[in-house]
Order: sequence, then structure tokens, then C-alpha cells
Amino acid sequence: MITWLAAVLLGSIPGGWLFRFLGQKLTNNRPYFRDMGFGMAFGYVLGAAILVSAIWMYIVSWSTAGAIPDTYFFYRTAVHGLILFAIMGVAFLWFGRLVGTAGTRKLFRSMPVTAAFGILIIILYAICAIFADFIAPYGQEEVLGNANVVPGGNPALGGNPDFPLGTDQIGRDILSRLIYGAQNTVGIAFVTTCLAFFLGVTGGFLASTLRGWTDQVLSRLVDVLMAIPALIFALLLITAASSLFTGFGLTVAMIVIIAVIDATRVFRLARAVGMNIVVMDYIEAAKLRGEGLGYLIFREILPNATAPLLAEFGLRFCFVFLTIASLSFLGVGIQPPLADWGTMVRDLSQFINFASFAPQVSAVALLPALAIALLTVAVNFVVDWMLHKSSGLKE
Amino acid sequence: MGSVGKIILQRLALGALTLVIVSFVIFAAVNALPGDFAAAILGQGATEEAKTAIRADIGLDRPFFERYFTWLGSILTGDLGVSYAQMMFATNLGGDQLISITDQIGPRFFNTMFLAGLTAVIAVPLSLTIGVLAALYRGSVFDRVANVTTLSSISAPEFFLAYVLILFLAVINPLFPVIALPEDGMSLIERARITMLPALTLTLVVTAHMMRMTRAAILNLLASPYIEMARLKGVSPMRVIVVHALPNALAPIINVIALNLAYLITGVVVVEVVFVYPGIGQLFVDAVKNRDIPMVQVCCLIFAAAYILLNLTADVMSILSNPRLRHPK
Repeated sequence: MITWLAAVLLGSIPGGWLFRFLGQKLTNNRPYFRDMGFGMAFGYVLGAAILVSAIWMYIVSWSTAGAIPDTYFFYRTAVHGLILFAIMGVAFLWFGRLVGTAGTRKLFRSMPVTAAFGILIIILYAICAIFADFIAPYGQEEVLGNANVVPGGNPALGGNPDFPLGTDQIGRDILSRLIYGAQNTVGIAFVTTCLAFFLGVTGGFLASTLRGWTDQVLSRLVDVLMAIPALIFALLLITAASSLFTGFGLTVAMIVIIAVIDATRVFRLARAVGMNIVVMDYIEAAKLRGEGLGYLIFREILPNATAPLLAEFGLRFCFVFLTIASLSFLGVGIQPPLADWGTMVRDLSQFINFASFAPQVSAVALLPALAIALLTVAVNFVVDWMLHKSSGLKE
Repeated sequence: MGSVGKIILQRLALGALTLVIVSFVIFAAVNALPGDFAAAILGQGATEEAKTAIRADIGLDRPFFERYFTWLGSILTGDLGVSYAQMMFATNLGGDQLISITDQIGPRFFNTMFLAGLTAVIAVPLSLTIGVLAALYRGSVFDRVANVTTLSSISAPEFFLAYVLILFLAVINPLFPVIALPEDGMSLIERARITMLPALTLTLVVTAHMMRMTRAAILNLLASPYIEMARLKGVSPMRVIVVHALPNALAPIINVIALNLAYLITGVVVVEVVFVYPGIGQLFVDAVKNRDIPMVQVCCLIFAAAYILLNLTADVMSILSNPRLRHPK
């Protein structure tokens, strides 16, 4: 495999030169080819080589399809997944352009495919999370008859059509747990982010409005809390909390801990944004009118700070979501019996070693991790687009 | 140079102060809360006398501030005491050979540093190259692919990347071992091979930030008049970026590299657990699960110190790389 890579890389050097040379000759020195740098020609040839080999691998992969030790299973699934996602994204984009009010249609017209895909995924996750009770075939804590049923639903291979993704070590339906995971993991992350925002934005705006001692005390406190890496600090505080709470109480403690830690980051932004707003004339006018602190913060500052705060909310949600997933993966986050993706990855991770002779089994182990990654990628795509749009960056 | 020296000394003093405050926060966080650690050591069937004896032995019966200063002193002298897990072994199973925390952490600290070092050696040149290329071919297919790929790899959780790498590079194509267990007496190359999968995982995590910042820093400069000048006199695009833009973009880039190395510290915890790599991160997670307070405190302090140190380095480097600060009017 490494020799192949080296061959492709080295082969692209004369290839790039040849490509440029032929382009110049065939098109009679068109400016595009005449001014093409060698690096660019090299890149084109290399890209073409990678694309061809990817398609070639996909064609070859069908020769092992259906066999049990299917060496190309993951590659083929990944290609199918990418194509499916691309179709979904484009379809949703077109749907958005044709249906809806004039405002939304205009929004969708300027939207890149990645952002449309992100919005679609977020909607799907929200539906999964809200209606988990109706979608999931079984309960999240329900221990069903057989443990370790193989996914795929083929009885000849140890599967069971009742459990399309199989069951885990103690016989819980993995599909149901994945769906409930959307409710628990995403729901808890959302609640935590909201709490972090409530704390951080209130503190930040208070600091920027009152200045003086309030600002100094809050800012120095945040400085100290930010001097310790977030995950490390969360682990430290959970150690302390675990001597007081167990089970569900520990999950609640974790929510508060992560909310406080992330509130420090929100505080920084809210304070900076607030500082820019409080010097405006309309704030001065409101102060002279004799408005109270609450009015100033919620009716004057907050509406003018929504754009940066909304983008920060998306990014912060990703951080919180990943932190909670990591903590659960380490075994100190969301506590059982709640179904949660991080814990599921840890419990199922041993099956990854079966990849060479039972790819379906190890694919299921990766599904919860993939579910986490997909949502964060989707949110990041949307936030990226929002930032790009609001800042007017055209590069 | 006088004023720069003064600024750097100020930063160093500030860093030291931060470290002391952080040590207090760490100590207070785990010690201010009620919780019977004597019971945790002895198990549930312990008598009241034994618990009192243990408390007196560890010093849990003394006032809070006295304990804090004793702890701070013990850290400064390098004598970190014995972890609760070791004590539990000793009280429950007999045996008097207690391994001190210092001895436990020593080799693991080296392992973690090796992992972080290997990651830096791979990630820094890689991200600089991709960043420069993305800036050079901005708006092209390469730029977009690099953008989407790095955005996806920032977004994915570390353990997902780790398992995908295990799947493709260890299980389906057995190039590297799944479990990274370095032993004494291994040659450097063998050690690097064993540590490669965790290092690659961390590389994927940090490359994205560094590459994006390198690209942004260079693009920021491309609008300046002196770049326009270089272009107009016929310098090739590659040379414009590498010779003219890169040196001036160095300050933000160095800053981002140092911050990302600081970020590695957080990533190291999860990755070490996935690969069962014997580093401080794993020790820390085990200690958290066992509620092993002395160990948690020390590991946390080490992570915090490394984090503060790297942030400080970023600060100092950005001062040093700024000629306006080096040669004040």
C-alpha cells in the first residue's frame, strides 16, 4: 500500500509535466495552460489518479460483496454513505428553493450544499430526539431475551429480524438505544449549553454594563477557571462530585459542572460583545431615561448581540456535546441505565477487532461514534456558513 | 532588549502566580466537599477506630489551609506521597512495598511526552504545508477539499477518529498494533511505530486548527501593499507566499501551534484510554474513577502546568517574533 502511494506520488511528477505540455500543444498555448504552474498541473494529475483509484477500488469491492469476510465492506459503505448524503443535501437544497415563503427561498438560494446538508441533519436529529418514544421499537432499558444478537437480521448468521442492528452484551436492542441516545446525549448537551449560555451571557453583560468591581471580580474568576483545560477540570470536579452523588444525581452534577466551565468561555465573548454595545448612544439614551439594569441588558444589549451569540451557541454546543461524549466514553459522564452514545461506543468497542471476519458486527460498534461525529460536522457546517454570511467575508 | 526582557519576566511571574492560584483551585475543588475518603480506602466493613487512624495518618483531620500548604510543600520537594489505590492494596492485601506517586508518574510522564512530541513532529510540518498550499491555491478544489476534510476532523470526537484508524490501519490492514504498549529497551523506531496510531489520531485532531489558522494568517497578509509589489515585480506565487508572506505570518502561526499543543493535553486523555497507552492521561482517568484524590490532584496539576506553560510560550513567542516590540522606538 505504501509502495502504491509512493508510485502515485512519483508518477504524478512526470505526469503533471506531460499534462501541462500536452495541454499547451493541443490547445495551441491557451493562456490557461500557458500560465499554469507546475504545482497546479501536478495537483490535477494527482487528484485524477486518486479519483480513478477510488472508483477502481469501488468496482473491485463488488467482487467481495455478499461474502462474509468482506474486506471492502467499510469502503463500500462509506462511498454509499457519502453519495446518499450528497443526494440528501442537494435534494433538500432544491426543496428549500422551491417550497416556503419568499424569505426562506431567498435564504436557500444563497446557501452552499454543506449548509443545507447540516440543516437537514439537525432537523433529523431533532425529530429522533423528540419522538424517540414513538420511533424506537423497544425501550432503552428493556433487556430482551438474547444477548449479542448479530446485526443484519439474517438468522443463518446469528441475526434476528426483530433486531435489525442486533443486541448488546446484556440483550438490549441497539437500534432502540441509538434512537434514545439522540434524546439523552443530544438533549443533555442542549440543556447544558443553554445553562452555560444563561450563566455566561448574564455574567458577561453584567460585567460590561456595571464595569468596576463586578467586572474585575467576574473577569479574574473566569481567568482562573480558564487556566485549567476544560476536560481536565471537568474530570477533577466530577471526582469531587462522585463522592456526593451516584447514578442520575451524578449526571445532573455533570450538567452543572460542564455548564459552569463552558460559561467561562461564553462570558468572555458576551463581555467583549457587550463592551462594544454599551458605548453606543442608544444605551446612553436608555440610561438617561432612567431604565433599570434588567431593561438595559435584555431589551437593549441582548437584541443587538444575537448574531455573534447565535454562532457561538452552535460552536459551544459542539464543544459541550463532544465533552459530554468524551466523559461518557471515559465512564464518568451520563450514567447508565440511560442510553448514551459515548457509553455505547465504549461498551461495543471490542467488536471493532472483528472487522476482518465480521464487518457488520464492528460497523455497529462505530455507529454511535458516527452519530456523534455526524451531528457535530452538521452543526459546524451551518455555523461556518452563518459566520461567513454575517461577516460578509469574501476572501 | 531591556523592555522585552521586562515584558517576558512579567509574563513569567504572571504564569507562576496563575499556577499557584490554580493549585489552590484544584486542591479546594476536591477537598472542600464533604466525603469520607477513609471509608473509600478501607472499604465498607471498616471500624470507626480504623477510619480515625487512617484520617490521622493521611492528615485529613487537620485544618484545610494547613493541609493545602503541606501539599504545596510536598509538590515543591517532589515527594508526592502515596496514592489511595496503593494504600488500599497495602491495607487490604498486606505487603509494605508502597510505590510512591512520583515513581508511578515518572515513566508515564515520559510516555505522554513522547506521544505529544511525536504528534508535534508529524502535525506541525503537515499542517504548515497544507495551510500554505491552501493559501496558494485558494478557492480551488484542493482548498475546498482541505476545508471540508479538516472541518470534519475537528468536529469528530477523538475516540471516533481513533477507532476509524484502528479499523483501517490495524485490523483490516495490519500496519500498526492496536494496543500501544511501549516497553523499556525498545529502539526509537520501534517505539515510534507502536505509538504511531495514537499520534496519528491526535494529528488529525490538531492539524485542522493549525492548517486553518496558517491559511487565514497568510490570506490576511496577501492584501498588503508589499505583497502587491512583489507580485508586480514578477515573483512567482509560491515565492510570494513562502518568502514574503510566511515570515510575517509567523507570529500568529507560532501562537496557534503552541495553543494546539496545549489542546493536545486534553486530547491525550481520551486517546490514551482508547489505545491503553500507559501515560498520565490513563492514570488520571483511572484515578478519577477510583476517587484517588492524591493522584487526581497531582495529575490535574501536571496537566494544568503544561497548559499554562504552553500558553505562556505562545505569549512570549508572539512578543519575540514581533519586531515592533523587540525594537521599541
